[in-house]
Amino acid sequence: MSGVGFSFLAFFIGTGMPQQDPSTGVLQVSVWRGGADGGFQSFKVPRRDNQTVLDVATHIQRHLDPTLSYRYACRVGMCGSCAMTVNGVARWTCRTHVSRVARGGRIELAPLSNLPIVKDLVTDMAPFFDKWQRAQGRFAGAAGRHEPVARVDPASAPRRAADAGIECIGCGVCYASCDVVSWKPQFLGPAALNRAWTLVNDERDTAGARRLAAVAGDTGCHSCHTQGSCTVRCPKGIAPTAAIAGLKRVTARAAMRGELPEPEPEDAAAPAGAAQADLSGAAT
Amino acid sequence: MSAARAARRWYWQRVSAMAMALFVLTHLVVVTLAVRGGLSAAEILGRTRGSLAWMAFYGIFVALVAVHAAIGLRNVLDEWPPTRKAAGVLGLAAALLLLALGWRAVAAITWGG
Repeated sequence: MSGVGFSFLAFFIGTGMPQQDPSTGVLQVSVWRGGADGGFQSFKVPRRDNQTVLDVATHIQRHLDPTLSYRYACRVGMCGSCAMTVNGVARWTCRTHVSRVARGGRIELAPLSNLPIVKDLVTDMAPFFDKWQRAQGRFAGAAGRHEPVARVDPASAPRRAADAGIECIGCGVCYASCDVVSWKPQFLGPAALNRAWTLVNDERDTAGARRLAAVAGDTGCHSCHTQGSCTVRCPKGIAPTAAIAGLKRVTARAAMRGELPEPEPEDAAAPAGAAQADLSGAAT
Repeated sequence: MSAARAARRWYWQRVSAMAMALFVLTHLVVVTLAVRGGLSAAEILGRTRGSLAWMAFYGIFVALVAVHAAIGLRNVLDEWPPTRKAAGVLGLAAALLLLALGWRAVAAITWGG
């Protein structure tokens, strides 16, 4: 048994850390430093096998410059906090291998576009999530906790439409990739509209026409140019473009029936506490 | 911008596009297949002159174009800061201009000399 144990251990000692092979070279990394008026700073980072872009940022902070600010939490593509602009393209960095994005051994890391820069690679996500609230991106139910759980047919068309967009992790990659957001900062953006579309298709939801009014018009779904950058870049494979097209169809139908009210002024400034409570009640 | 009006404009632009698909197809099929002695003005006028059916066809076609193009133009003007405030008026003006020019042309091929 001990022999087996030894060879088992030897296997890991001998082959377990191939990513530390120094022959794999060095990455030239340009990293955005400072706020909106900052600039790029160069670092040399050892190249590793299976190295992710997030690993690169972590190496810089832990070994080269502890003042580098960046954001991450789960490291496995669930939390949506590590999105950055990598070589000009918004990506989730924890699931982006360096081998996929490095060009000539170089990587450029910048904060997400279309959001205020806090410092270095950290952006202020508040405008992004404020728009989820403006789009009524919170579940509004009628049932209380003592009532039976709603039975929703998973094969129904609305449920399948909701399922198509429900895996959004709120990383902001689509928002940073949207040209309409770039030149029209009031535009709700792909993520908020996608979230609204999942709720429009949630048969338990009661916001109905109020939500449709919130997502229609100049800063809503009708501003989308259907360029599809959000859909191309979404790391979760969601198609916000399809969700926005769905909202255009449904809002048009409601408007032609005279069932589309004007947006309520308070929609723009929903109390954060109430919104938090509503979000925690959303089971979708 | 009124959300309901934006939604209705989107609806009319979509519906006019769907209808125009049929009109464009019919138009192309006719000009392609109905040619006998070369595609000449005389042959086209021979078909349309005095024909109320062709007048109705192209009259409706013009109306669809006016609706569809004016909404699209309005959307473009709405996204350009210098024309944003006047986008609605300019779009309406474009619709009226297209209607006037288009129907004048339809009248010419139906009754013109």
